[in-house]
Amino acid sequence: MALLEIQEVNTYYGESHILRDVDLTVNSGEMVCLIGRNGVGKTTLLKSLIGLLRPRSGTVLLEGKPIDRMAPHQRARAGVGYVPQGREIIPQLTVEENLLLGLEARPGGLGRHRQIDPIVYELFPILQEFLPRKGGDLSGGQQQQLAIARALLGQPSLLLLDEPTEGIQPNIVQDIERAVRRIIAETGIGVLLVEQHLHFVRQADRYYAMQRGGIVASGPTADLSQDVVDRFLSV
Amino acid sequence: MTLLFETLFNGLAIGSVLLIAALGLAIVFGLMGVINLAHGELIMLGAYTTYVVQLIFRLPFLAPFYDAYVLVALVAAFVVSGIVGVLLERTVIRRLYGSPLETLLATWGVSLILQQFVRSVPLASAAGLVLTLLLALLGPAVLPGQWLAGPRGRFTRAGVWAGAALVGVLAAASLGSLVPSLSRANPRNVDVTAPAWMRGSIELAGLTLPVPRLVIIVITVVAVLGITWFLARSVWGMRIRAVTQNRPMSDCLGIPTETVDVLTFGVGSGLAGVAGVAVSLLGSVGPNVGASYIVGCFMVVVLGGVGNLLGTVIASLAIGVMTDLIGAGRLLTAWPGMPPSIAAVVDFFATTSMAQVLIFSLIVVFLQFRPSGLFPQKGRLVEA
Repeated sequence: MALLEIQEVNTYYGESHILRDVDLTVNSGEMVCLIGRNGVGKTTLLKSLIGLLRPRSGTVLLEGKPIDRMAPHQRARAGVGYVPQGREIIPQLTVEENLLLGLEARPGGLGRHRQIDPIVYELFPILQEFLPRKGGDLSGGQQQQLAIARALLGQPSLLLLDEPTEGIQPNIVQDIERAVRRIIAETGIGVLLVEQHLHFVRQADRYYAMQRGGIVASGPTADLSQDVVDRFLSV
Repeated sequence: MTLLFETLFNGLAIGSVLLIAALGLAIVFGLMGVINLAHGELIMLGAYTTYVVQLIFRLPFLAPFYDAYVLVALVAAFVVSGIVGVLLERTVIRRLYGSPLETLLATWGVSLILQQFVRSVPLASAAGLVLTLLLALLGPAVLPGQWLAGPRGRFTRAGVWAGAALVGVLAAASLGSLVPSLSRANPRNVDVTAPAWMRGSIELAGLTLPVPRLVIIVITVVAVLGITWFLARSVWGMRIRAVTQNRPMSDCLGIPTETVDVLTFGVGSGLAGVAGVAVSLLGSVGPNVGASYIVGCFMVVVLGGVGNLLGTVIASLAIGVMTDLIGAGRLLTAWPGMPPSIAAVVDFFATTSMAQVLIFSLIVVFLQFRPSGLFPQKGRLVEA
């Protein structure tokens, strides 16, 4: 059974039709990359998966169970971790508190879990150094690491990453790539990645290419030809 | 020197009444952004709760504990106003999130309903009704989860409501027969008599400190410390802070945002009830007692900077001290050789109501130059 299975999803912003009959699957232990130029609906798709947007039709199955009627916090507790575009760190909370909020997605939430798994400090050492700082005071790259660590602490079975390397200095991009690969290898979770950075795209197992709200091409990233790259990546 | 201490104490006393009244609003309006014009009526309910608790403690079998009724009243008032607040949130305000004007009108309507409610409903029945609501809302949280799941859950829920209603009716009937004055509707003001230990005053360093004022200061300090601890240290406090700063992302992290809304509103309303206990110690309690505080509450929260608890504390204490300085004509005492023209002006404002006029005008002028108050929120939060 696929970890995530999306069938014929249609999402609207008001009256404008954004996602058109999107089908997509992600398996456990697999990194799947969603590519496409700006404004084709990649972020809309991720928002439909976490529940910030409600698809008007279609089904979203997580481990075979429908989640499309659930509120975002129920989907988070069902095992969907979300790292949004723009990171969305809670600005006036400390780094430590932001990390603790990641534990809310575990069964029982913060009431039962108060221990931050030290694996996140191993993946992103900078976070341990900055624990007492306000989340809003970190640089963009540090906030991105914090957002990924926060999502991982919820022990999701599916991780949604929306442009994790956008506007971030190259050495941190490498840290993030390494961290994501290591998490997949060690825990066997599935990752759905929206990415423009070709190096990161190449790390994925499979790709889906989007155009005007629909999936227009897909396959193993090993087969990703220069032609497809030129058409769907804005680099 | 005595003058300074006296001004400080009186200012602190006036300020702490303002502060305890505004503290709940600082959470409901400051953190959640809900304009709740029924906040004053939640204070009024707290004051009436104190009255009811006091009468119950007059009963022969509770009379030995009469001196402690204020403590019980504090808890009861928190619960009563909290329950009414939760009900208000779930039935009215939840549907109006994001539309402040409609919220303002709807809660104003609710405030009128509550005022008329205490005029025309016997307090014994009101107490029974609150007890019913309390049991019915808490029941499902206490019962084992399997009773509430599946088709059996609907029967359980109905049973909880029926049982709660029964208990409520019985409680109302027995309260009415035990305390006859609670069994009839009473549109007039009522008086809460403080227990003996709370009357009189204490002499300290040449100052006369009235005990009720001291008690209010203590209640306020405990409430402020308690709510600060709750928001800064407890799990639910952290959830509340997260949701107020970034609602969609908090939802995506697994925080049940609707539960957080209910809890935040309940705590803010409960604090209004605690304020009601303080208010009942100062004078007679009537249906309009809350309405006289609501403007001051909003003033304090806006002056302190919306969403800033510390700002609310400082703003209310500053207003308290200024009210005393101007209202009691202390400037004249401090500077007897003042030119007669200035003295006449100072004397003109040296009554409590004129002092309020002057201070509120000053606040209006101040807000023209600093619209976000003394301590504005900085950073990304503002743009969001």
